[in-house]
Amino acid sequence: MPEKIYISGIGAISSIGVNVPELLASIRSSRHGIQHIVHLDTSHRGNLPVGEVKLSNEQLAERIQTEKASNFSRTTLLGIVAAREAVAHAGIDIQDGLKTGIISSTSVGGIDKTENFFKKFFADPTSGRLRNITSHDCGDSTENIAVDLGVYHYISTISTACSSSANAIMTGARLIRHKILDRVIVGGTDALTKYTLNGFNALKILDTGHCKPFDQNRNGLNLGEGAAYLVLESEKSLKQRNAEPICYLSGYGNANDAYHQTASSPEGNGAYSAMEIALKQSTFLPGDIDYVNVHGTATYVNDLSEGTAMSKLFSEGMPRFSSTKSFTGHTLAAAGSIEAVISVLSIKNNFIAPNLNFQSSIEGLNMVPVQELQENIEIRNILSNSFGFGGNCSALVISAL
Amino acid sequence: MEALISKLKEQLIEQLNLEDYTPEDINEDDSLFESEMGLDSIDALEIIVLLEQEYGVKIQNKEDGEKIFHSVRTIAEHIQANS
Amino acid sequence: MNVFINGIGNVSPQNTLDNEDFLSDLINHSGESLYSVKPDYKSLIKGVNLRRMSRLLKNGTYSAQQCIEDAGQNELDAIITGTGMGCLADTEKFLANVYNNEEGVVSPTQFIQSTHNAMSGQIAMMLQCKNYNFTYTHRGSSFESALMDGMMLIEEEANHVLVGGLDELTDTYIAITKRMKLWKNEAIPQLDLLQHVGPGSLAGEGAAFFMLSKKPGDKCYANVKGIKMLFRPRSGDIVKKEIEELLQENKLTVDQIDLVVEGVNGDSNVDQTYYDLNESIFSNSNICYYKHLCGEYKTASSFGLWTACQILQKQQVPEVLKLKPFQTDGIKKVLIYNNYNNCNHSILLLEHVTT
Repeated sequence: MPEKIYISGIGAISSIGVNVPELLASIRSSRHGIQHIVHLDTSHRGNLPVGEVKLSNEQLAERIQTEKASNFSRTTLLGIVAAREAVAHAGIDIQDGLKTGIISSTSVGGIDKTENFFKKFFADPTSGRLRNITSHDCGDSTENIAVDLGVYHYISTISTACSSSANAIMTGARLIRHKILDRVIVGGTDALTKYTLNGFNALKILDTGHCKPFDQNRNGLNLGEGAAYLVLESEKSLKQRNAEPICYLSGYGNANDAYHQTASSPEGNGAYSAMEIALKQSTFLPGDIDYVNVHGTATYVNDLSEGTAMSKLFSEGMPRFSSTKSFTGHTLAAAGSIEAVISVLSIKNNFIAPNLNFQSSIEGLNMVPVQELQENIEIRNILSNSFGFGGNCSALVISAL
Repeated sequence: MEALISKLKEQLIEQLNLEDYTPEDINEDDSLFESEMGLDSIDALEIIVLLEQEYGVKIQNKEDGEKIFHSVRTIAEHIQANS
Repeated sequence: MNVFINGIGNVSPQNTLDNEDFLSDLINHSGESLYSVKPDYKSLIKGVNLRRMSRLLKNGTYSAQQCIEDAGQNELDAIITGTGMGCLADTEKFLANVYNNEEGVVSPTQFIQSTHNAMSGQIAMMLQCKNYNFTYTHRGSSFESALMDGMMLIEEEANHVLVGGLDELTDTYIAITKRMKLWKNEAIPQLDLLQHVGPGSLAGEGAAFFMLSKKPGDKCYANVKGIKMLFRPRSGDIVKKEIEELLQENKLTVDQIDLVVEGVNGDSNVDQTYYDLNESIFSNSNICYYKHLCGEYKTASSFGLWTACQILQKQQVPEVLKLKPFQTDGIKKVLIYNNYNNCNHSILLLEHVTT
């Protein structure tokens, strides 16, 4: 039996809250975070609704009160807020001698600052402040978070587009199982940037209204931003510090669609394989899954493909499911970990978040998501999906103790 | 029309990076998306960009694009009808 | 731990496209940056849409294919890449497009191709490999993270894992990093790198791939016995301690190491760690270096592993690699140590495999 991986702490910042209690309150009151852009300086303001964190960079920097905060990219700022919350929630003392690592993830890294640099650099290659380009790469936010927390033992960054933080969770669990770490902070962070806004707009998969996941008349996704981290611990680590976990990570799986650079295969092969691998590892059966937090971006291709894969996997009965991207927007690399945090909350607080804006199910699929908040229900096992560009498909199974 | 078709072929080769093709290799009536060129949905988006940037012709929906982009000739006809 | 390297591929600033040849035809470029020797892509890459690919993706695809053919293995349990800066050329192009078109109509291709996992995804499509697929993007530990993951998979249930490290140079990247004073001020012959003592190294790039397997193949380059990674160690003593710990875990002492391969890169701001080790625990060791051949980049340690693999398999140490002259009668155990920017350190232990 592989070693059990416990979840002992969670932290999250997104358009529906600067911390986990706010996130929970927003979901409970069906208060989504999708609105017109306020902070990002872009000509798409007013045209493309997004899930923006309701704080400016200055406000975020003030919140974290660190000497270098005014130099940090927005991705780093979001990451530090969420990672600190997760560590505090778990109640761990990083310097207690246990081997602690961090596996973070991001798709844009510090590109928000790079954009400012290039504005000047394109006009004159001797201009542009160098400190605006040094946070460009993906490892920058991870190292800043690690230094902020005092984590040195094992540090790395994953970037597999929209499945990134689900993959970070997976890698963290495996590092514990291989006895390289006793506990690990895992998750991801992505800020809203002109780069991704214009990139997704060029792909013509953005909804100019509020997104409609799994709806027949869906028009695309709303981009979001945010960060979320979980603390994963071994039993040894919990025993040593006499702590109780919240729940555990019972399974995970990664597979590749190998079909197209951005679009999923119509049959959802990669998605199916990832879910199947995760379930098998958990030793639970499809019938044991009480809720699926779907990737559900509301693009034509994803929802059809994911729905097809789920219909095949859950051929004996579709569990309750919803996409929480209608609350947060699609937070790219952070999506997997934000949705894992929501899954942990669902188990702990006995609720299922609604899938907003649903009216009619996708033709041929007959899949109806949960549309109103469901409370006071026992949730034992949750399947959480995250699928990214490059055919990268990941699934996590999170279970009650 | 013939001049437009000829120019379009060159522009398509450049926009889609069809480095192994010359304008002579492309028959203006052949189906673009069911040929050996291996064009896919990303190329359809690139053609939308080409039409807007070079000819000021906007295609609102990707789905309309699929009909208009049947062949080089249908693209040329659409440009002429809309500029 | 036993993880066998049964195939290699390398597109680099040296002539490394033929695995049978080991640095017999050296390139000694004089300049501040070392670009890769361009392969004849179509000679090796079949049935893949090269037209959209940047130089990084083309080089990576070629190197991966070279490795797959070298190992004679195209059924993979996993594909894992590490890249420090990702697809720079496409990132720059897309940024420029957005800026020049004032966020109007922009071409999507460069956006898609700039995602960091484009390489891993591309190889998966090429081989129709539907299994585990990851990309690590952590500065000077990007390649090592990918390697560590691959090694963990082999220890779990995987039989064959393709692991690669790749980064590319662009004119823009060179212009910016020159302003950061990362490189030598003058154009120097690359092979004379260590004779020009002072700050700065030479900018390089490359794409190196390795086939990790559970069992040794008919052609086996090395057995990877262990890996350690360090983040901002507070002193050189900590690095020394980790090296000794890795050796102890394998019941070895430094005297039993036949060769140390170091990532010394000519930058006096960074090389001191190596020189301190060379005067202490490595004072009696045979030492090689490689960054004068490939330059410095975040995944340059993949070139270092390639070098060690070639040495072990061919039992040859080309003179150009030796830090100081030495003779050996057999290289059985190799230690590789790299320090990227005084932040990301890695230590690898390899053993020779008789085939």
